[in-house]
Amino acid sequence: MLDKAAKSEVTLEQIYDESGSWHVNTGGETIHAKRMKGRFRKIKWMTMSVWLVFFLGPYLRWGDRQAVLFDIPARKFHIFGATIMPQDVWLLALVLLFFAISLAAVTSIAGRVFCGYFCFQTIWTDIFTWIEEKLEGNPAKRRKLDKAPWDFRKIRIKASKHLIWILIGMLTGISFMAWFTDAYQLWGNIFSLNLNGLEIAVLLAFTLGTYILAGFMREQTCFWLCPYARIQGVMYDSDTILPTYDVARGEPRGKLKKGQIDEGKGDCIDCNQCVAVCPTGVDIRQGQQEGCITCGLCLDACDSVMDKIGRPRGLIRYASLDEIQGKEQPPIYKRPRILIYAGIISFAAFGLIYGLSHLGSLDLKIIHARQPLYVQQSNGDIQNKYQLKILNKSDQDMTVSITLDGLKKYKTQGLKDRVLLPAGKLSSFTVFVRAPRSVLDKERTPLKFTVHSFEVYDDTAEYESMFYGPRT
Amino acid sequence: MSDDDKNKFPGENNTGHIWDDNLRELLNEPPTWWKIGFHMSWILVVVYTIIYPSWPGLTTHFKGVTGWTAMKELKEDEAALDKIRGPYEAKIKNMTAAEIMADPELSEYAVRSAKVLFGDNCAACHGSGGQGNPGFPALVDDDWLYGGTLADIQTTITGGRKGMMPAHAAMLSDAEVDKLANAIVSGKVASEPLFTEKGCIGCHGADAKGQTFMGSANLTDSIYRFTAKDQLASVKYTIKHGVNDASDPKTRNAEMPTFGGGKLSDTDIKKLAIYVHKLGGGQ
Repeated sequence: MLDKAAKSEVTLEQIYDESGSWHVNTGGETIHAKRMKGRFRKIKWMTMSVWLVFFLGPYLRWGDRQAVLFDIPARKFHIFGATIMPQDVWLLALVLLFFAISLAAVTSIAGRVFCGYFCFQTIWTDIFTWIEEKLEGNPAKRRKLDKAPWDFRKIRIKASKHLIWILIGMLTGISFMAWFTDAYQLWGNIFSLNLNGLEIAVLLAFTLGTYILAGFMREQTCFWLCPYARIQGVMYDSDTILPTYDVARGEPRGKLKKGQIDEGKGDCIDCNQCVAVCPTGVDIRQGQQEGCITCGLCLDACDSVMDKIGRPRGLIRYASLDEIQGKEQPPIYKRPRILIYAGIISFAAFGLIYGLSHLGSLDLKIIHARQPLYVQQSNGDIQNKYQLKILNKSDQDMTVSITLDGLKKYKTQGLKDRVLLPAGKLSSFTVFVRAPRSVLDKERTPLKFTVHSFEVYDDTAEYESMFYGPRT
Repeated sequence: MSDDDKNKFPGENNTGHIWDDNLRELLNEPPTWWKIGFHMSWILVVVYTIIYPSWPGLTTHFKGVTGWTAMKELKEDEAALDKIRGPYEAKIKNMTAAEIMADPELSEYAVRSAKVLFGDNCAACHGSGGQGNPGFPALVDDDWLYGGTLADIQTTITGGRKGMMPAHAAMLSDAEVDKLANAIVSGKVASEPLFTEKGCIGCHGADAKGQTFMGSANLTDSIYRFTAKDQLASVKYTIKHGVNDASDPKTRNAEMPTFGGGKLSDTDIKKLAIYVHKLGGGQ
């Protein structure tokens, strides 16, 4: 990241020089990151705990059923009091829009916050390496153990580590499944070895997936597999705050001599702690790069060193490119991108609130019979045939009345005064509507059907259809 | 191409194939992902040929360890369907069409399974929705030549029908035919003196509304047995040449084939009768 003025002076050779010195880990080496206490470590623990909802959520009850249940075989999503049916799928589009744009907005403001603090890949990796540290010791001991010959101690440690990893993987898979089926029943089926083929496949896929992705692939997933890592990288602008090394303050870096920083040297004492703690193994002092998941652990490391040598904190800090270069930064409400994102997010949020509060209990669809479009009766009347499909989305049986609007002197056949709709079911009726030819002044007369329920819920559903007659 | 001793690029593991001084073929390993794909492919081929029918022999072929055949799969699928249909079929076998129609579930079953039967046996003449075709009556209206009750429809399907009306070209003058045809089209044929004088009344009834026991058409309503753009001309033609009158080569043809007697099972006919009854005009 260079100034425009400096950029023009860079020659092709210089660019290639840099590429020669870049080191990118393509999976050849295992990153054994050091764990340090600090502000951002604490925040990470707190944000990680959001995922407890994933593990504990399925055990909440709502009445006599699971509070949140995505019942795919029955095509019903239960979310506390609300039941969402396939007809309400447009809500899902808004949910996706909401999260997609939120991701963009957050990225624009503070970069890959999701990667650093919320992403299951980095969090599961963090838990896996935490277990690794508990069993195998600090990074130096871990490297030593990796190189050590296979003796009883190594086998014992490695076996228990992999076993715990696999158990976490299984728990992840079970928790995932528990959102789609009754959680308590699922555990019963697991202990009685009574899982069906699909459940076994999901459990295997999640166990293996978690084990491989968090145990072995780790940061390589972020480097080479994750599309969001790349997409988010291009959503930064010069006002986005990211973990940044203050080059002006730190350079020229140099080792501490006699417990003092040499005259003319910067604050960076080249202690490499920022590299040692990095879970993806990047050197933040080389500037922003694709491996950085903005978790802030290098900030903790650098701050603790700055405290020790008596220099102010923040040599590495959350800062935007403009701030580091000493430029003026616009306030957040003056950045057009943020305003546009905020607009889209509010649209989606408003739509969701409207949708959830207007779910309705009735849904009416009408199919007009096409062959033939109309039938002439022996007395000259014209008859049309309609297939009514009424969905009772509520969990109680409903009695409804069906009325027609738009046609004069009509008679119906197959339509009762009161129609019983069983709870949660689609009811289908064939209705014949007959009208004298004298009331039809054109080939097509709009005909509105209204279903009105008045017992359980005061609700109506309408559908505009057509009454066809002969060409006049 | 040059020999090994002339190789200008020794030690880089090339094949010795060098073109245009420096274009050369190296002996690099194929990429790992490619090799994985390659090995998976041939393993798939081997496993497939073990599982499924494959290698040809002189008189027969290797049947595969699973013994799978497309025909067997079809039979299994059909058996699975029959298992679902079985209980319904057993139930409706000994019921009358009216009893089946009175039961909502069985009636729904009859209508759904008759849809295919209707398409196979009826739609060619009566149209896919029973809307009728020129010369073939509509099944959706409330006008029935032979009666529109469930039992009537069942009888019609089982035994077929053959319309019958003598040709009147020799018995009536053109003026008389004109008069009668105009009276029919205007719907007031019953008060036309010729209707009684010429004996039309014998089949079509004193009120000209036809008689279902013999299939004579109702001449007062707005539905015609033989529809045409020029309805008047069509009516005249029918009066002159009759229906199924062997003595007149230009006679109208109106015959519905027999579907009973082995062509369709009694159960299928019951299902079809219900289906037709429910098309809109059943009485």
